[in-house]
Amino acid sequence: MRQAVFRRPEIGDDNEMLRARLHAIWETAPGLKGWLGTVDHKEIGIRYIITAFVLLALGGIEALVIRLQLAGPDLHLLTPEQYNEFFSTHGMTMIFLYASPILSGFSNYLWPLLLGSRDMAFPRMNAFSYWVFLGSAIFLYSGFLVGAGPNDGWFNYVPFAEKDYNPGFNQDFYSLGMIFLGISTTVGAANFIVTAFKTRAPGMSINRIPIMIWGTLTASAANLVVVPAVSLAFFLLWMDRQFGTDFFQPAGGGQPLLWQHLFWIFGHPWVYAIVLPAMGMVSDGLPVFCRRPLVGHSLVALATVSVMILGFGVWVHHMFATGLPGLSLSFFSGASIIITFPSAVTVFAWIATIWLGRPVITTAFLYFASMILLFVIGGVSGFMTASVPVDWQLTDTYFVVAHIHYVLIGINVFPVVGATYFWFPKMTGKLMDERLGRWGFWTMFAGFNIGFLPMHLTGLLGMPRRIWTYPAGMGWSTLNLVTTLGSFLFAVGILIFFFNVIKSLRSGAPAGANPWGGSSLEWSVSSPPPPYNFAVIPTVASRHPLWEEALDESVARTSLTRGMTLDQGKEALHTSPMDAEPERIVATPEDNVAPFLLTVAMMVLFYGMLLKLWIVIGLGGLGCFAALLMWLWPRRNLLERAPPDRKEPVHG
Amino acid sequence: MAEFARSEPQELPVGPVGRSGPGWWGVAMLIASEAALFSYLLFSYYYTGASALPGWLLEPAPKMIPTLPNTLLLLASSVVAWYGEKGVEKGDRTQALVGIGGAFVMGFIFAGVQCWEWAKKTYGMGTTSYGSLYFTTTGFHMAHVIVGLVILAALFFWVLDDYFSPRRRISVSAGILYWHFVDVVWLFVFTTYYLTPYLGFAK
Ligand code: HEM
Ligand SMILES: [Cu+2]
Repeated sequence: MRQAVFRRPEIGDDNEMLRARLHAIWETAPGLKGWLGTVDHKEIGIRYIITAFVLLALGGIEALVIRLQLAGPDLHLLTPEQYNEFFSTHGMTMIFLYASPILSGFSNYLWPLLLGSRDMAFPRMNAFSYWVFLGSAIFLYSGFLVGAGPNDGWFNYVPFAEKDYNPGFNQDFYSLGMIFLGISTTVGAANFIVTAFKTRAPGMSINRIPIMIWGTLTASAANLVVVPAVSLAFFLLWMDRQFGTDFFQPAGGGQPLLWQHLFWIFGHPWVYAIVLPAMGMVSDGLPVFCRRPLVGHSLVALATVSVMILGFGVWVHHMFATGLPGLSLSFFSGASIIITFPSAVTVFAWIATIWLGRPVITTAFLYFASMILLFVIGGVSGFMTASVPVDWQLTDTYFVVAHIHYVLIGINVFPVVGATYFWFPKMTGKLMDERLGRWGFWTMFAGFNIGFLPMHLTGLLGMPRRIWTYPAGMGWSTLNLVTTLGSFLFAVGILIFFFNVIKSLRSGAPAGANPWGGSSLEWSVSSPPPPYNFAVIPTVASRHPLWEEALDESVARTSLTRGMTLDQGKEALHTSPMDAEPERIVATPEDNVAPFLLTVAMMVLFYGMLLKLWIVIGLGGLGCFAALLMWLWPRRNLLERAPPDRKEPVHG
Repeated sequence: MAEFARSEPQELPVGPVGRSGPGWWGVAMLIASEAALFSYLLFSYYYTGASALPGWLLEPAPKMIPTLPNTLLLLASSVVAWYGEKGVEKGDRTQALVGIGGAFVMGFIFAGVQCWEWAKKTYGMGTTSYGSLYFTTTGFHMAHVIVGLVILAALFFWVLDDYFSPRRRISVSAGILYWHFVDVVWLFVFTTYYLTPYLGFAK
């Protein structure tokens, strides 16, 4: 195939012929090859979302078992060993396999649509990050299936996690599984960063991008540099356990606290990584129902970035009780408290948006709005634990469990369910049932608060976390019973939500392109969107491309029906990082099974490492090598290598 | 900007031209993350060393022969690789092969010397936390050297097979960038493990 080195992109109108041509170019092949090889970000996003919801359900079942065990004093539903496995696997599942991947799923699906592009910057890496996520989830859960799930909490402190105290395979599954999962997160983060800077529609300058992009972008930047810390920590632990090294073993001159540093250098910013994208969803969804732009858009963007930057410097507040020097405690305490300022900016922006708007109370709105309340409650208890003397009292009590859940459920689960109500019509072309939605919302909201608000009290009354049972007469029994009832009610709310999804998928009312009257680009394409997203690449002239008539923000108008057609193959446009000036026409990869094969080979490698079978490790390694070679082989159709005659026509 | 939709657009490059293109960005991201990984490894060394009892260093005066010349060899290989990249850029296949092949040979020698040095150590990975850190950090680096060598070898054969042209050479630029990274990281590893004991760290 001879292709020009430089070309003037054709400008055309959106019409049926063009659509038919693009459809033929972009459609995923039918059958197994298409299924395993698809690189369509929408398909990958939906897979991510479904997988993460399944894992939410699994983690939820584990939580309910925990709650049954704690419903009254002196219960013996679980043995202490089983309890350890249940709460460790619950934490691990929720944090690593649900909270973060679900946000990646939404971002994968939505980003190119929000940005006005045809796909992510690296479509094959996108598929790879999904497969590795799935593979590592299977890997981690396979340990649980053979009775060797993680059992030292999701934070996995040494020396408990060392072999002397924990001889089984439990921690090896966890360590290797986390390294495996880290690969998925890192690859995904790199992809988001480059996508945000390179694939925006012409005219979508940096001050015009939606807040959701800011949320996932900053989270990805953080992931890129902090995930290696935890992967390394788990690797060193695995070495300690399997090869007798002394990283965390005091007897050999090692440092147990090094574990905590490496873990929390990652762990604290991670909290923002699973929160900022969700806050972005609210920042973009809430204003649609308020019928006005988000108040203080630029400030909220700035707050998002500054929360993340400050977030790097405060990991030590998870270590207040470890006996570190007082000066460093004061510093980290102060820094932690400062984070409330940018967070408050966002909260006030949301409140002002509701206040100044004309809110339409839909289910999605209810979920988004409730996040504000729950964020405030979680923020207040976080403020308390960030203060050293208070933390010394509260650490390792149920107060902290209450705080964690207000933060994680309040500002991850609630917005995610809201986001599902909000974007479900776009993804499926069907509306979700509003009546059922309200029932689900109020059940969830009531159940959540009945379940978790009393935990603050249980904690203040001194009930330690991570205990498998407790004696009667401590004054904790009633509170625990209420908590258990509340959490079951909460679970019913989630079930109503799942039921609504399935029901609406079957018989929801047709949604149309823009059921909520949204302002961003994804609402300009049909629901569900065609494989190529945009027939012509839009040209963006303001922050709210679909509200320009109503807002009259700018003189120029966004152009959605006339623009670059880029239909000479599977093509997309790359633009400059700041101003989004057109920079390059890129050839996008076809469906490719290499990412899937590489993941399979990696699974072989990791199981080999788990069992220390060198032959299996060798086979897995060779498989990885072959798959990588297949993937990276320079291709002519991607213009990565010279044409056969090496004389390229410069212009075409 | 919107006027752009109406007017005739500029001529744009099609696909990766020269060194700029998505692939280069991808490798840059990979490097950022790997650089973070190495900084945590070095952090572990400094953290453990700073809080260790005297006598923690198993090698208070690490030997500079053969490590110093080996370090210089590795750094020089970056220059040679760059020369090879220039060769592809100019369409000079001989220069490209000499540069990429030369960098490969130098990297290979570096790896060999490093293995020999490992074998000569009087302590092992399980001796103390110092030994663990030393072997893991240099081992991590060695893993990167090996990946880099595989990349250089692949590039060598692709160039031999006439895959690239002065314009279509993104794989070469990305691969060589990775090799530079492997070399620069070694400088930090070398400073940490071989020079800081002389500067009085963890005596
Ligand atoms: C029905 C819903 C849920 C219930 C009833 C529940 C209950 C619990 C309980 C009782 C514990 C403490 C176990 C112990 O310390 O002994 C716990 C721990 C934990 N939960 Fe949940 N949970 C629920 C949902 C979630 C969700 C959605 C997330 C995250 C997105 C989450 C994240 C965590 C984490 C990270 C821990 C570990 C805390 C620690 O470090 O001790 N939970 N959960
Ligand atoms: Cu924190």
